[in-house]
Amino acid sequence: MPRYGMVIDTHKCVGCNDCVVACKTENNIPEGYNRDWIVTESHGKYPAVHLEIRTERCNHCSNTPCVSCCPTGASHIHDFGGVVLVDHEMCIGCKACVESCPYDARFIHPDGYADKCTFCIHRVEQGMKPACVEVCPTYCMHFGDLDDPNSEVSQLLNSRKWHVNLPDAGTEPNIFYLT
Amino acid sequence: MISQIIELSTTRHNPHVDPSMAMWEWQIPVYLFLGGMVAGMMIISGYFLFSGRHKESNCACFSIPFTSVVLLSAGMFALFLDLSHKLYVWRLYTTFQLKSPMSWGAWILILVYPALIANILIRPSQWMIKLIPNLSTISQKISKHHILIRNIGILNMLFGMMLGAYTGVLLSTMVSRPLWNSALLWVLFLVSGLSAAAAYVHLVAKNKAESELLAKADNGFLVIELFTFVMLFLGLLNSSKTHIDAVYLLIDGPFAPTFWVFVIMLGIVIPLIIQLLAVSHKIKHTPIAPIMVIMGGLILRFIIVSAGQYSHWFNAHLK
Repeated sequence: MPRYGMVIDTHKCVGCNDCVVACKTENNIPEGYNRDWIVTESHGKYPAVHLEIRTERCNHCSNTPCVSCCPTGASHIHDFGGVVLVDHEMCIGCKACVESCPYDARFIHPDGYADKCTFCIHRVEQGMKPACVEVCPTYCMHFGDLDDPNSEVSQLLNSRKWHVNLPDAGTEPNIFYLT
Repeated sequence: MISQIIELSTTRHNPHVDPSMAMWEWQIPVYLFLGGMVAGMMIISGYFLFSGRHKESNCACFSIPFTSVVLLSAGMFALFLDLSHKLYVWRLYTTFQLKSPMSWGAWILILVYPALIANILIRPSQWMIKLIPNLSTISQKISKHHILIRNIGILNMLFGMMLGAYTGVLLSTMVSRPLWNSALLWVLFLVSGLSAAAAYVHLVAKNKAESELLAKADNGFLVIELFTFVMLFLGLLNSSKTHIDAVYLLIDGPFAPTFWVFVIMLGIVIPLIIQLLAVSHKIKHTPIAPIMVIMGGLILRFIIVSAGQYSHWFNAHLK
């Protein structure tokens, strides 16, 4: 059984928003809502200023507060690939999962259910890549099985320095940023 | 001198999520307050039944269960209004999620109603008997069994404690909101619920001794509430930078004026002084102090929910 994750090369990401547009198109995301987005972080002291551009989305964490707090089981870890999903027919819209995510990656869809990135599981199950990865013009995004030592994502993580977002929150995110 | 630059910008602008979380609006604090107050009322009423005070004809334990049902139903209606996928609400009762405090809460609410109804049936009001004459027979049967009345009292105290505690646990389990990350939050909400309930009973009790007893009890609850605040703040202040930043939202941040003025001063300290003077017979009992306590309890829930949602790991990450 694979464990899917994403590796994003922050040296290559230019913040073009292609991934955002691809996600909105592929998943029919309503206007004004985002399953993925671009973050620009700058820190340091002139002249040693560091700029990091990265594309963000649900981290499909291994330790999932959004799944634990769900009162109906609508938020769940999918059998295939450990992807965190929401069953729209079981969601009551209590917003507990939205509140419990330290990354604020979820939102309430205008139809009432909690919504977020699915790693385009409908594509992945057919052997395709997530839409955002497919369209990236700089090839900064990589998707694959973190448990397979020969996968592209595992090899990148073995050969490059990386970080995850908010490691102190203890959620064990499965999206890694190469630095 | 050039200072350190730390900036983060995002293209995300999801409604009620950005720029800061405001997903839970008025419905949740209202529910938490009413749930907490009903929990307190169940504990007080249960204690009266357990200790035999119900033998007095005008015991408040016969009037507050019905008020509790009304208030709890109003709170649950507020909770229902908060749901954004309302037609699927029944899904709560097709499963039990062991790790979800909200699932625990949904099932606790199912247990609370029969306990309250059993309490009402011990001595139903006249209008209820007029409506359903059989209630009188049921009441007479229950009255013959003192052990049964004691057990109804125990049940009300037990479920009241579960209800009051769960309202705090619901928030404190959320790692994402640092201000809520304290195992003392349920103690604070339970004591605040007891305090608001004692204030309410003090306000409506027909029995003077009972009213006096509840005023004294409320003073105790208010002191414990102040002590719990100190302990809760100390715990967060000795935690990570994220938690320290979160608690400073209340100490001297954007929520501080409302917190210090309405929750601490007008909601706890001033009514405590008034009630201490009243129970020592230096001034007369008036409705002012209990009303201040009840309002303070409501504002406390609003502050904790709003400031908690505002507190965030990212804010700390940038500092």
